[in-house]
Amino acid sequence: MNDKMINLTAETVPCHTRPIIIDAEKCVGCLRCVNVCQVDVLLPPPNGEKAPVAAYPGECWYCGACVMACGTGAIKLRHPLMNRARFVER
Amino acid sequence: MNFEWPYKNEFYETEYLECDVLVLGGGLAGCNAAIAAARRGKRVILVEKGATERSGAAGTGFDHWESACTNPCSLVTPKEIAEAYVDEQCGYSNGPAHYIECREGYDRLCDIESFGGKIRDTDDEFAGAAFRDEKTKLLFAYDYKNRFTIRVWGSTFKPALYRELLRLGVRVYDRVEATKLLTVTENGKKRAVGACGMNVRTGKFYVFAAKSTVLAMSRPARIWLFSPDMVGLSEFRPTQSIGSGHAMGYRAGMEFTMMEKSVKGEFSAAGRSFPPYGTGNNHNTWYAATMVDARGVEIPYVDRDGNELKTVLERYMPAPGQKFFLKGGVIDDPKYEYRGPETLPFDELIKRGYELPFYADLSRMPDEERHAIWGLMVGEEGKTKIPIYENYTERGFDPTRHRLQSYGTGWQSASFLPQERQLFGAPGGIWHDWDLKTNIDGVYAAGDQLFASDCAGFACATGYYAGRKASAAADTTDILPVSADEIDEERERLYAPMYSRGGMDWRELNMAIAKAMQNYCGGVKCDALLREGLDLLADFEKNALPEITCKNPHELMRTHEVADILTVSELIMHACMARRSSSVPLCFERTDCGGAVDPECDRRFITVRKENGKIVEGSHPLDVFGDLESEYEKRNADYIESEQKGDYRKNER
Repeated sequence: MNDKMINLTAETVPCHTRPIIIDAEKCVGCLRCVNVCQVDVLLPPPNGEKAPVAAYPGECWYCGACVMACGTGAIKLRHPLMNRARFVER
Repeated sequence: MNFEWPYKNEFYETEYLECDVLVLGGGLAGCNAAIAAARRGKRVILVEKGATERSGAAGTGFDHWESACTNPCSLVTPKEIAEAYVDEQCGYSNGPAHYIECREGYDRLCDIESFGGKIRDTDDEFAGAAFRDEKTKLLFAYDYKNRFTIRVWGSTFKPALYRELLRLGVRVYDRVEATKLLTVTENGKKRAVGACGMNVRTGKFYVFAAKSTVLAMSRPARIWLFSPDMVGLSEFRPTQSIGSGHAMGYRAGMEFTMMEKSVKGEFSAAGRSFPPYGTGNNHNTWYAATMVDARGVEIPYVDRDGNELKTVLERYMPAPGQKFFLKGGVIDDPKYEYRGPETLPFDELIKRGYELPFYADLSRMPDEERHAIWGLMVGEEGKTKIPIYENYTERGFDPTRHRLQSYGTGWQSASFLPQERQLFGAPGGIWHDWDLKTNIDGVYAAGDQLFASDCAGFACATGYYAGRKASAAADTTDILPVSADEIDEERERLYAPMYSRGGMDWRELNMAIAKAMQNYCGGVKCDALLREGLDLLADFEKNALPEITCKNPHELMRTHEVADILTVSELIMHACMARRSSSVPLCFERTDCGGAVDPECDRRFITVRKENGKIVEGSHPLDVFGDLESEYEKRNADYIESEQKGDYRKNER
């Protein structure tokens, strides 16, 4: 076996929720979020684009580190719809 | 979307590194271990699968620090609280580790403050509050009289620890998974000489040679509970914290105890429960929130004798004649002796006509109590700052106007099935001695890898302690040669799924393991079922694992994790086989023991380890660690003499 035989590819592995939504207009491409995510949910973008790719959204554990690291407020983190607890006026 | 892998291809590149103390895991425990060793002048390498700046269960925060018995306001001693924890768990607890937490935890808080973490109310946000000490500006939770649980701004901690690691010259290897302990046999006894690892972005292979090693890689998860769609919500802890440290220890012959203990699920936001701390409740972070029923009628708090409490402040006070009460992550329904104020039991509330649904109504609490729960606690607790505090605020939640619904009957926010289990509530882990040394020479353990671990203070205190004992061990040995054959074998094991053409996704095997564990090691155990289960796991290892195919190092990391989950499942089944009767404190129920529950002969720590492919069982009496205070002091005179007085902090700042 040698390294010539290993060809690395990636693809976004979709899941049925959207934990991380990145606003491409606000993103400055600093990759702070990519490098702070302990789960490695995000990948640097291909083809010279700025905004990272949420390649493995199903693996997100909803810690919020990416949002806390983002300097431009470009990232939204949302729990799945089923996980939004109800509140009422008192 | 398909695209080229964005990181370098470094498969078959190998880097050899040497150090005095090797720390595996960069959460709270690992960071503190590395700092202790670096302060002692050791060359330290820290290996972390994620990004140390925010890695670990407490990466983005935690809100309270338990058992800080040596803080200047505390009215309890480390001995009192550590012994109470052990007694509360009927002896099935980790006396040395809890004592270390109680005795040294506050030292670690002061360290972290000196690194830039926030541990006191310097902005006077809570001036005048009943839970604040005006002189030190420390804030307390739970028992306001005895003041040994401290409310902290935990979201500031990990970045502060990370900066300190770099300042001390610790070599931090982020994005590297530790996969194998390297050992040699000396005079018939195993000793560790280092570890292997792989970069999870590039595939680069690492060999770390070390004089001593600290294992601080969290506890297993995704054993019974797994969602292939929302993997990261399957359990409470980070996606990648699934017990790789346990798996590598077990493969190397490490001894484990209490691994037969698992509890009915409490947290799985992919399934039955809500995100932790994201629903109305009155436990843990939300203690002691005002609760109301559907009609808006307030639910009474009572003391341990059933006396109704009239004021909010009384909810934070011990009962008449009680010195202190215990609360926290592990303490759910404590014995009478340690029980604090609590709302009436659910069944009693229904009997008295209280109507579902219940809500937490913080608007009825004094301003500073409301702001402490919603703002400080929910806001600083792990995984709450953004997905709970910020998101709920955006959705319009205002705790002065709204009630937040409560689900289920307690803080778990859901009722799970008996076979949906988790390692939670002080589960099993690595067996160790008073130095936190494992049965393998040169290897120390800390944090959630220890048996009966609980919270952030436990992780930091045991991490630091293991770091200093590992440093002392490093003084007595040299770096030993590592076996080339062992390294080659591990590299081949790690890379194999890159060549597999089987086409199986790693999630398929994780699903199969979870189902097997629910079926063969679920709510009730018996030997016949366990044997079938072990047979099935062996089949998975032989026939399913080699079918998994990976396209890049990230998928490869997840595949290694599933292989570890398989190993840990095997360990759990063997631990269940080794305990021959049911046990209430261990939440362990057997159907084939003639109804025996906690018989005297089985009230012991039962241990299992693997030697030359065979399971070796052992046992220790529950009081094997002796008197906690005197045994600790015997072994830590140097620490008490110098460091406990803050020597390192004084010298450095």
